[in-house]
Amino acid sequence: MTAKLLSISGLTKAYPGVVANDNVSFDIGESEVHALLGENGAGKSTLVKMIYGLVKPDSGTMTWKGQPFTPAEPKAARAAGVAMVFQHFSLFDALKVSENVALGMENPPPMGDLARRIRRVSETYGLPLDPNRVVGDLSAGERQRVEIIRCLLQDPKLLIMDEPTSVLTPQEVEILFKTLNKLKAEGTSILYISHKLEEIRTLCDHATILRLGKNVGECVPAETSAREMAELMVGDTLQTPTRTTDKTGEVVLDVSGLSLEPSNPFGTRLKNIHFTVRAGEILGLGGVAGNGQDELLAALSGETLTWKDAIKVNGKEVANLGPNARRRMGILAAPEERLGHAAAPDMSLTENALLTGAIREKLTAKGFVNWSATTTFAEKVIKAFDVRTPGPHVAARALSGGNLQKFVIGREVLQRPEVLIVNQPTWGVDAAAAAAIRQALLDLAAQGAAIVVISQDLDELMEISDRFGALNEGRLSDIRPAAGLTIDEIGLMMGGAHGMEVAHVGEDA
Amino acid sequence: MISLEKRPMPSRTLSMATPIIAVIITMIAGGLLFVVLGKNPFEAIRTIFWDPLLGEYAFYYRPQLLVKAAPLVLIAIGLSLGFKAGIWNIGAEGQYIIGALCGAGVGLAFYPTESILIFPAMILAGALGGWAWAMIPALLKVKFGTNEILVSLMLVYVAEQLLASMSLGLLKNPEGMGFPGSRNLNDYPSANSWINEAAGLHWGMAFAFIAVIFAYVLLNRHILGFNIRLTGEAPRAARFSGVNPTRLILFCLGTSGALAGLAGLFEVSGPSGQVSIDFNIGYGFTAIIVAFLGRLHPVGILLAGLLMALTYIGGEIAQGNLGLPSAAIQVFQGMLLFFLLALDLLTNFRIRFAARGTA
Repeated sequence: MTAKLLSISGLTKAYPGVVANDNVSFDIGESEVHALLGENGAGKSTLVKMIYGLVKPDSGTMTWKGQPFTPAEPKAARAAGVAMVFQHFSLFDALKVSENVALGMENPPPMGDLARRIRRVSETYGLPLDPNRVVGDLSAGERQRVEIIRCLLQDPKLLIMDEPTSVLTPQEVEILFKTLNKLKAEGTSILYISHKLEEIRTLCDHATILRLGKNVGECVPAETSAREMAELMVGDTLQTPTRTTDKTGEVVLDVSGLSLEPSNPFGTRLKNIHFTVRAGEILGLGGVAGNGQDELLAALSGETLTWKDAIKVNGKEVANLGPNARRRMGILAAPEERLGHAAAPDMSLTENALLTGAIREKLTAKGFVNWSATTTFAEKVIKAFDVRTPGPHVAARALSGGNLQKFVIGREVLQRPEVLIVNQPTWGVDAAAAAAIRQALLDLAAQGAAIVVISQDLDELMEISDRFGALNEGRLSDIRPAAGLTIDEIGLMMGGAHGMEVAHVGEDA
Repeated sequence: MISLEKRPMPSRTLSMATPIIAVIITMIAGGLLFVVLGKNPFEAIRTIFWDPLLGEYAFYYRPQLLVKAAPLVLIAIGLSLGFKAGIWNIGAEGQYIIGALCGAGVGLAFYPTESILIFPAMILAGALGGWAWAMIPALLKVKFGTNEILVSLMLVYVAEQLLASMSLGLLKNPEGMGFPGSRNLNDYPSANSWINEAAGLHWGMAFAFIAVIFAYVLLNRHILGFNIRLTGEAPRAARFSGVNPTRLILFCLGTSGALAGLAGLFEVSGPSGQVSIDFNIGYGFTAIIVAFLGRLHPVGILLAGLLMALTYIGGEIAQGNLGLPSAAIQVFQGMLLFFLLALDLLTNFRIRFAARGTA
């Protein structure tokens, strides 16, 4: 490690009711890849927002190349040489790559020049991208490249990346890491936020670990095991989910030839999907977000109806039945989007328990709601899944993401499903709660339920699935036993590195 | 620096308190308006809010209050169901007219036969007429995805033309010496809605009360009411929950149409008495204000309907006694809705005056 680029000392930021950062100090050296590690809610985002000038610290100081550093707004931080790639992209679908890049610049050069510069940067750093393509047609990995190139054009000294690999296939991750290593070799420092420990071990020189807003430790990732880092993050020993039985029974869920037009113009068309799930089995479906996951869940839950023989459960055709008819048959689902889809934000947890529980928990009689039984059911979910909340009267939006996720999954699991379809069951959930949710899914399978887990977390899928398949542009790969799959094979099932060929054509143009 | 901060949960206290605060601010702002117009603001406010209830001639105004409030409440209850689900029926005025025409038409068809069955048949016809008129935007929305706001609003003007045609043609009083307008149903005992005219009681009030109770039970105890609220708050979650949007649109528009039709029938067979070119006086539009003033809550709508009726009657007294222009009264009523919607923000947000963190 050479000279210090950014030195942070005693940064504190409190919001009403929570201290997001409590006296956090660490240094980032020049040409260093520094990992910021922590669970959701540990204060990583607040910390980088302070560095990027989006949030002002309550106390503490930052020093940039020996000078006091107090960016009043992102513009000031960018002028100093800080660039940031956000987890959620801010791109306009209908505009071209070069136009999107120009929108993010203070003084954009003429379009022709800009396109040339984009091409040059994309070749230099091995990030294939054609400046003339429309962003709406790009894969998530390519969109991320747009954001990265937008940052690189500013010639940053410090590049902040917030969970960059959550939307990438393994092959795309490899490309990204090559780029980041090249940047590092040229003297750029990188602040890398993630909770994926193996990535951090291969990429990062140093790691700072945050828990509940406090700096709880630093380490050299290459010399620390993933388990040690995880336990530092959680502050506790980790329970690895275990399965009690390997027995699987008859085919319960049989999907054959499922094709579906998307309901909105930017949706994905499902193309001829085939798979079966047996009783007691967990099928893991991977794939980069936006490749048909939402559409598949909607078709399986009954939100979207299709030809009746496309989906069979225990031999009965169900694809033309709505969600309630399917619930009666024991087919339950939990969508990815918690607020607004799986739960109504302004309604209480009791009301949200009624949202899917009315039929199987018999919470209505002749259409009249039995509110006391509904409250009891909500309390049961809260207790069984350790949902941290003052009580069932609290509005769903008042819960943290992880707690609401536990409630949403628990609500379905406690209804004794025969078939359960979940999308991103542990998205944004802390490690301990994620382990509890995975364990609940494994237990449910052990009791004979057929489970489909759609997720972008490959580690999660490898941990709990019996068989694995991947969605790519609305198509489902062959389903293969999860045990023994290599990361390369999984990557190819997910479609390899999206858009590589197209981008190479662009380079020749 | 003033900033707004989202509350973790909507404030219950404020959701109750804001209508009252809105009334008070309206009184202040309205008072200023009256000062500018050269009137004594205290006298004007007293005339509008006090005289109809407890003034010298209150015995005359109090029955009027119920007569005005009943159709407002009846229509607003129906509208509130749709509004809660995000289904915007703006054309209650049209459904009100058609309900009145159908109900009065049935009654007049039997003239001069006297039978206890005539009035129930009129009620049924009134409800069906309003329902059918509301089904037009409902079916167009369900089948072709048209905007129910535009269609229902446009149909108001169609209904008004129909009303003019009816009162000049088909329903014109044959013994009316050529004057436009139908026979007066107040002179036809089997076909009028008064229970006790002197006390200002007619069947519309009974139905308004029943509608309030019905809506309260529906929204708080029944799964259909839950689905209505769910659809309004989170349409995607409603779909996931298994709510059929088509059925909900038909139910909400149909119910609000039927209730507006009933209101029209009770009005034409009671306080108004006859079908005439301009017997409708905008209850269907005012009921939109009543629905929001009452927070889309059945009991709130009941109170809001009475308050609105009060400003109408008080406004008329103020026009007569103080010479306030009628436009000033309309501005005053508009202010009420304006302040209410503005204060609505406070239920979900709190205002912070703190300077942004430089500490």
